[in-house]
Amino acid sequence: MTELAQLLFQGVALGATYSLIALGFVVVFRASKVVNFAQTAMLLLGAYLVSWLAVDQGIAFAPAVLLAAVLLALGGIGFQAGVLRRVAGQEPFVLVMITLGAGIALIALVEAVFGPEQRPIGDPWAASAVSVGGVTLLWVKVWTIGVVVAALVAYFAFDRFSRYGLAIRATAADEEAAGAVGVPVRRVHMITWALAGVLATLGGVFLAGFPNAAHPTMGDAALRAFPAVILGGLESPIGAVVGGMVIGIVEVLAAGYAPAELGANFHAIAPYLVMMLVLLVRPYGLFGARPVERL
Amino acid sequence: MRAARLMALTGVALVLPFVLSAAWLTTAVFVLVAAIAVTGLNVLTGYAGQISLGHAFFLAAGAYGAVALADAGLPSPFWIPAAGVIAAAFGALAGPLALRLSGLYLALVTLGLVFLGQHVLFNVASLSGGPEGREFPAVSVGSFDFAQDTLAIGPLLVEGNGLYYYLAAALLAATTLYARNLIRTRPGRAMVAVRERPAAAAVMGVDVARTKVVAFVVSSFFAGVSGALYASYVGFAQPGHWDVMLSIQYVAAIVVGGMGSVAGPLLGAVVIFALPSLLRELPFLGETGSGFSASELATIIYGFLIVAFLVAEPRGLVGIGERIRRAGTRMRASVPSSTGGVLTTKEERR
Repeated sequence: MTELAQLLFQGVALGATYSLIALGFVVVFRASKVVNFAQTAMLLLGAYLVSWLAVDQGIAFAPAVLLAAVLLALGGIGFQAGVLRRVAGQEPFVLVMITLGAGIALIALVEAVFGPEQRPIGDPWAASAVSVGGVTLLWVKVWTIGVVVAALVAYFAFDRFSRYGLAIRATAADEEAAGAVGVPVRRVHMITWALAGVLATLGGVFLAGFPNAAHPTMGDAALRAFPAVILGGLESPIGAVVGGMVIGIVEVLAAGYAPAELGANFHAIAPYLVMMLVLLVRPYGLFGARPVERL
Repeated sequence: MRAARLMALTGVALVLPFVLSAAWLTTAVFVLVAAIAVTGLNVLTGYAGQISLGHAFFLAAGAYGAVALADAGLPSPFWIPAAGVIAAAFGALAGPLALRLSGLYLALVTLGLVFLGQHVLFNVASLSGGPEGREFPAVSVGSFDFAQDTLAIGPLLVEGNGLYYYLAAALLAATTLYARNLIRTRPGRAMVAVRERPAAAAVMGVDVARTKVVAFVVSSFFAGVSGALYASYVGFAQPGHWDVMLSIQYVAAIVVGGMGSVAGPLLGAVVIFALPSLLRELPFLGETGSGFSASELATIIYGFLIVAFLVAEPRGLVGIGERIRRAGTRMRASVPSSTGGVLTTKEERR
């Protein structure tokens, strides 16, 4: 029982991180119909920036995260305005491949600059933990859950109550109509990319938290957030959160309970198995709507 | 004109092994072997418009299918085509996914295939030798072994590298011919119709489901043959080789070469698969770990090429070639001639 509670706690913490990453995908996809394969690279860059600022430059951890988030948001805006705007409205293949191309180049660049070794990110929690009823709660995981919940609440409040939240929802519903009634569509696209940058930084920091560190293969871990997005449906922020949680818990439970016959590291592919099964039954995800096709 | 160009290309291809250094001949073999799989991906993505990040999975299916048959004692002339058939069978299994899913969802599921395949390879040591990898047998015809024996044609001696070169070149020529003819047949045109507008294709009587599965099967067949040849040529492979990055290289090749064209896959394969060898020649690049390594720089360039081509010239190198040709025609046409400078060439009337 204690073991299950322990695993569930870790699963929720991991799921919270995946939710954040998945939300980053959904925010961009909803507004501009671009599946951002570069999100994994942005995550990696975010973690390395924090590591560089906090460890190498000696900036305190919280300002370092903030600064990294701002830099990544600016980077996102630059990519949107400099590259994606020029191919707006093209078929999905083109958009997917552009973000994928930019993503692999960025990952290789980060690896070339920082080297293949693990890097600490300079977080203040390290391995400290608190024990509650026999269950060990790492502080970094507690903070992960806390910050993710706060970030999600902030995002949903922004989406629901602010002018730009409304503008994003209008653009998501119908870009042309939104533009016609005066929604600044270009600015909406830039805002969503800035949000993706901020979410990627936070996701990267928590993915690199104890017992992990910033390392080049983090992108692979981040790729496991894709099943979360698919599970939830690409257009649904709520779905992203639910999908992230499901995938996080499935992964941790698979790591804890999967029999040895399924092979080493079975937990790493469990999210993809879940995704494939779900897609065979519901081709547009659990929360996605089947697009209406007009002839 | 066309025939002359084809003859010239064939001539160059035939003498190349006698001109190139051993290192560059090796690169040429890699390019030709890869071009077979690129042509296959071009059928799936370029013709039928299905995004796949799972090409590495089908390459691996062919390679390990072939080695399983070779272990069972079957000869090369059997296991090379059989590798294609095994991969095609996996393609047929993946096909139903494509029926349920479109575009982005399909890209992600094919990505999942790569992870699943690698998981199996890492864990089934009897097939793959485990994480350390295993050896693959060389191609042999009868008692003639491609890796050890030398073929003498009159005064000309062809050894290992050259033999694989000619084998790969012949298979690539057959693949290209097939792809060129496919696009002129009913199934090929059905693929293009499905790419352009599935609903309209269905209305015109195209069996969309069948067409997608056929595209997957054809594409996987060539991937399988290519994978088996690659593993046999190198003589060794680790499960880690067949990863997502490998899939992305094939996608980069069709994007750079020109999607949906006949010459595109070969051009793209030359650029993408010769690049690492070219970069290794650069003096200022160190080994992995310290600063920029050749493989990291190659990855950065792949990424940049994908973005640059899709933004500036989505038709790839073939598109650039067409532009140059058209500009040449325009210049010639603008010179006052017997027709009084009236634009009469076919290109100009478009």
